[in-house]
Amino acid sequence: MFDFVSFIPRAVMQGTPLLFGSTGEILTEKSGNLNLGIPGIMYVGAISGVIGSFFYEQSMAGQPLNGFWAIAIPMACSLLGSLLMGLLYCFLTVTLRANQNVTGLALTTFGVGFGNFFGGSLIKLAHSDVPSVALPATSAFFSKHLPFADNLGWFGKIFLSYGFLAYLAIIIALIASYILNHTRAGLHLRSVGESPATADAAGINVTRHKYLATCIGSMIAGLGGLYYVMDYACGIWSNNAFGDRGWLAIALVIFTIWRPNISILASILFGGLYILYLYIPTGTQMEVKELYKMLPYVITLLVLIVVSLRKKREDQPPASLGLSYFREDR
Amino acid sequence: MEVVKNAVRMENITKRFGTKVVANNAVNLELHEGEILSLLGENGSGKTTLMNMLSGIYHPDEGQIYIHDKPVVIASPKDAFDNGIGMIHQHFKLVDVFTATENIVLGLPGKLDLKKSAQKIREICEKYGFDIDPDQKIYNMSVSQKQTVEIVKVLYRGADILILDEPTAVLTPQETDKLFQIMRNMQKDGKSLIIITHKLHEVLEVSDRVAILRKGEYVGDVATKDADQQSLTDMMVGRRVSLNINRPNPVDPKPRLVIEHLTAYDELGVKRLDDVSFTANSGEVLGIAGVAGSGQRELLEAVAGLYPVKEGKILFYDPDYDGTDKLPKNLVGMDPMAIRKAGVAMSFVPEDRLGMGLVGTMGMTGNMLLRSWRKTKGLFVSRKEPEAMAKRIWEELEVVTPSTNFPVRRMSGGNVQKVLVGREIAQEPAVLMTAYAVRGLDINTSYTIYNLLTEQKLKGRAVIYVGEDLDVLLELCDRIVVLCGGQVSGVVDARTTDKREVGRLMTLHKGGAENE
Repeated sequence: MFDFVSFIPRAVMQGTPLLFGSTGEILTEKSGNLNLGIPGIMYVGAISGVIGSFFYEQSMAGQPLNGFWAIAIPMACSLLGSLLMGLLYCFLTVTLRANQNVTGLALTTFGVGFGNFFGGSLIKLAHSDVPSVALPATSAFFSKHLPFADNLGWFGKIFLSYGFLAYLAIIIALIASYILNHTRAGLHLRSVGESPATADAAGINVTRHKYLATCIGSMIAGLGGLYYVMDYACGIWSNNAFGDRGWLAIALVIFTIWRPNISILASILFGGLYILYLYIPTGTQMEVKELYKMLPYVITLLVLIVVSLRKKREDQPPASLGLSYFREDR
Repeated sequence: MEVVKNAVRMENITKRFGTKVVANNAVNLELHEGEILSLLGENGSGKTTLMNMLSGIYHPDEGQIYIHDKPVVIASPKDAFDNGIGMIHQHFKLVDVFTATENIVLGLPGKLDLKKSAQKIREICEKYGFDIDPDQKIYNMSVSQKQTVEIVKVLYRGADILILDEPTAVLTPQETDKLFQIMRNMQKDGKSLIIITHKLHEVLEVSDRVAILRKGEYVGDVATKDADQQSLTDMMVGRRVSLNINRPNPVDPKPRLVIEHLTAYDELGVKRLDDVSFTANSGEVLGIAGVAGSGQRELLEAVAGLYPVKEGKILFYDPDYDGTDKLPKNLVGMDPMAIRKAGVAMSFVPEDRLGMGLVGTMGMTGNMLLRSWRKTKGLFVSRKEPEAMAKRIWEELEVVTPSTNFPVRRMSGGNVQKVLVGREIAQEPAVLMTAYAVRGLDINTSYTIYNLLTEQKLKGRAVIYVGEDLDVLLELCDRIVVLCGGQVSGVVDARTTDKREVGRLMTLHKGGAENE
């Protein structure tokens, strides 16, 4: 019998960073910015949080941590780090109108390098025997769940066993979905992504919308990195452990056809597919495990094909995605 | 005597682009309250630029604008809205995946309440006689409906001064009539309107007064009731222009293209062409008349190999073989490139001029190269020939552009069209098909195009001209094929028939009872 009670929580934990990343990227893409720097931004979001909490733990020198600061400091650092990445992306693509694909890929390379550099430095500072930094005290605050959840059997395990960031991810996705579809701000943002010239003529500030959506989107994605290291990885940072989750988040954007509310369930599906190999008896064959890890990407490709075949206009990417806008260009 | 109040007064407006181009030079323009004013001028005479200064897209370098006799500064589209000015641009500014309502409320402040907005839109529609569904998506709409959305958009914002930039260029005659009715309704409601159009009969039909620009300068105005086509053209061009098309007799007409029982269906299975048969002769201009959507586009595309043919033949007699011992080629089933190679060229001016036929970011030379590169052999393309061709079109058709490498999408609409039509004519094909070749062109350029087509005919080529203006069809063509609902309802001699006869055929369904 397939063990759903242990499978689903693991899928959710695996999916939460993806949910943060895809919600952030959807907001960004709705403004017409194709930010392929998301993997790098999530990486920076993670390492910035690690840096913050590392120095906070060091400064307490073994004393018990204050719960508020243990959460607030890494979070603020993480948000700041990813915000700066988002600003950099906007400055390059919106203000200087650089090519979005090139800028995004450069940012990913930069973000990973940035993370590994500071990760390596921290490992040296910590005089650690293994190549990783452990922040168990901070992590304990991040992964704390409701005390009575353990008494509720499978229900508690499936629904209540997560740290607060997992719930935050769902709330942010719901809010983003509401704003996009039911508010004037959302309407304006979507018009910027569809047809910036039209938005401009209607008196909407295209540049401001692109900056805001991209920066907020980056900060949300950065939280995904923070969740990964603080909750999922139990506060242990080691270089390159984050893997290809950033790209999965971008695949998730396409998979959900730009809808954050669908992303909530889809992220769990992706998370589940990502760890499915652990639950399927594959023996010791490593190569088969790698094939299972491909599943999310294969499904994304299938969705792309189906969506393209159906040719429904609402399911297509924002019409000016990837294009920079210049008013005097006709 | 009643005192005339001005809705808009523009005083000594000058606008320069760079140091060389003076788009408007000390222009004075008045729009009276509650009138419909036509703004007339050739392509590139600065009409749109002048209006863009009212709608806040450009800012005048010199001069003063008064709205209802109060001096104002219009620095952005928002300022224009605040002054009650709304402009309907030639190129619609709409978001395709949004509904009409979402587009109309775009950019407005306040809480989003689409239901309430849709209700208000329905009220506006009812008041003026518009026919749109507020919940319909833009991409499902016809061009005329999109235009309606644009008009409702400015009315929704409470505009009482409306500027329409060539609103009829993309409309069928029926849709145009409807638009004029709506314009009159708005006028009755106290709105003041400016309409830019090239079609003189429309100017005479709809407006109260005509103001004329020539090369960026204000020439003068005239009450419509005192004007006629000839006087307006003379004022616009600045010299006396002959409004007669020279029509020589056909030169040695021989069948060049014989269409036999052509039947075609669209992707939804609707019959678009129904048993169409006719012959296009060499050395002759064959007109194709019909209400818009009667199968003109499908017919041309079928000949060009772009539209699937279900039944029938398209026989092409190659001029090089003289048709005696050589059988004609059947074009059905051949691919477009082979058909083009055989000598059949199509210049179709679509609603979106840049969408089909030209690459916007390329200059004239680059766009010529798109056609001519096949003639050159070897690995590299030669830019010399296309460059020469671009220069020739530039001079002959008086295209207004700084150089042959200037991106075509930054040229004005009329000039873009000259490039497109000029290129197809320059190919000197055995069969030249043009659809709506003069759409949006001013009268002077239109006549240049007519003369070019006649020139082609004199060279012994078969010219097929799909047109909207019956007067022109009757003056330019030798024979006219009239389409109605995908069928040929008649083939007439353009020299002996008249407008009424063609008009009758345009609505004559074959098989249906004919009422005299």
